Amino acid sequence: MKWDTCDPSEQYLLHLGDDALILGHRLSEWCGHGPILEEDIALSNLALDLVGLARQYYQLAAKRIGSGTTEDRLAYWRGERDFKNHVLVEQPNGDFADTMARQFLFDAFHLLQLEAIEQCPDADLAAIARKALKETTYRAQHSSEWVVRMGDGTDESHSRISAALKRIWPYTDELFQPAEVDRIAAERGLGPDVQSLREPWLELIREVLAKAQLSLPDMPQKLLRGKSGIHSESLGFLLAEMQGLPRAYPDAQW
Amino acid sequence: MVSADDLRKRLNLVPDPEVPALSVLDLGIVRGLRMMPGGCEVDLSPTYTGCPATEVIERDVREALEELVGPGNVRIQTVLDPPWTSDWISEEGLRKLEAYGIAPPPKRSSDKRSLLGLSIPLNCPRCKSSQTERISAFGSTACKALHRCLDCQEPFEAFKCI
Repeated sequence: MKWDTCDPSEQYLLHLGDDALILGHRLSEWCGHGPILEEDIALSNLALDLVGLARQYYQLAAKRIGSGTTEDRLAYWRGERDFKNHVLVEQPNGDFADTMARQFLFDAFHLLQLEAIEQCPDADLAAIARKALKETTYRAQHSSEWVVRMGDGTDESHSRISAALKRIWPYTDELFQPAEVDRIAAERGLGPDVQSLREPWLELIREVLAKAQLSLPDMPQKLLRGKSGIHSESLGFLLAEMQGLPRAYPDAQW
Repeated sequence: MVSADDLRKRLNLVPDPEVPALSVLDLGIVRGLRMMPGGCEVDLSPTYTGCPATEVIERDVREALEELVGPGNVRIQTVLDPPWTSDWISEEGLRKLEAYGIAPPPKRSSDKRSLLGLSIPLNCPRCKSSQTERISAFGSTACKALHRCLDCQEPFEAFKCI
């Protein structure tokens, strides 16, 4: 199936689902490797939440696309170019500071994005956003607290989170650069004009960084097109692991 | 003749698989319950998005009601909107949670928008002291967080407030 030919509103659902699934999968890689037991559990919980959210978007997309499409088909049988997630969320976990920096920068964006989507005229999509907003707020508080704890912690934790923010910062511009899928979603009133989220996002980030004794990174941004299916090399490896089993054993049930 | 009230009574005996002290009614996830020609219809709201118990709850509800209206005669609809909140746990549910050793969620899900929200200290479900602290925002299941009492020194779980 050519996923690019499905209706742009359905493609928007896939874009939203892909962000949640890919970030959720990344976080699941921490299971059993967390720096402390509580955080290991926390990271697995974050992963579960996001995979659960991806399922809701995919279930809705599958229902609308029809022709026997299922949530599993969308997750496991699309190729790299078919995924429309931001390049930010596919970035490797790195150390705990890298993961939390990625999470914090995305959570703040995710909150603003969902606040816009919950107002949209598509009742099914708005319902998913309204539900997700509660848990996203909880996640955003968690990642913000960690940024503060590390930034305002020891010299070691401060330098680690500071370096992590600098590493991940160049991937944030894509969040606010409208791709085709964003433009159509905004036209149809489904999602926000992503450019308008930049300032409120910076405000959220600045508030937390100030409390964390960290400065706003000013690294040059990368020109990224994940939302158009052009990804970093990391996504291919992630998909190979995530999709390997259902592709090798297409009838597997669990 | 089975009435909606009979269905309700039966559901009051269906426990949450992860917090068996609570019934699905106490949890506030049963949003509608109707007798229909040839069976019944239930509206269920999922609790936490990532909760693996959601599908188990659906199965348990179906099996319990099928005892009353017959196999294949229970229709379950998932209702996402308005989203479930911990504020919907019944008063009795809150009491049961505390008696079970889980600190109930404060009824304040709506007043959190700040990224640096201050968390209200909870009372220890064992010694009732308000001198408690949060160990982790996440716990053994999607619905719980970990806390510790500074007076009696016991760790305890708390229902996440969303």
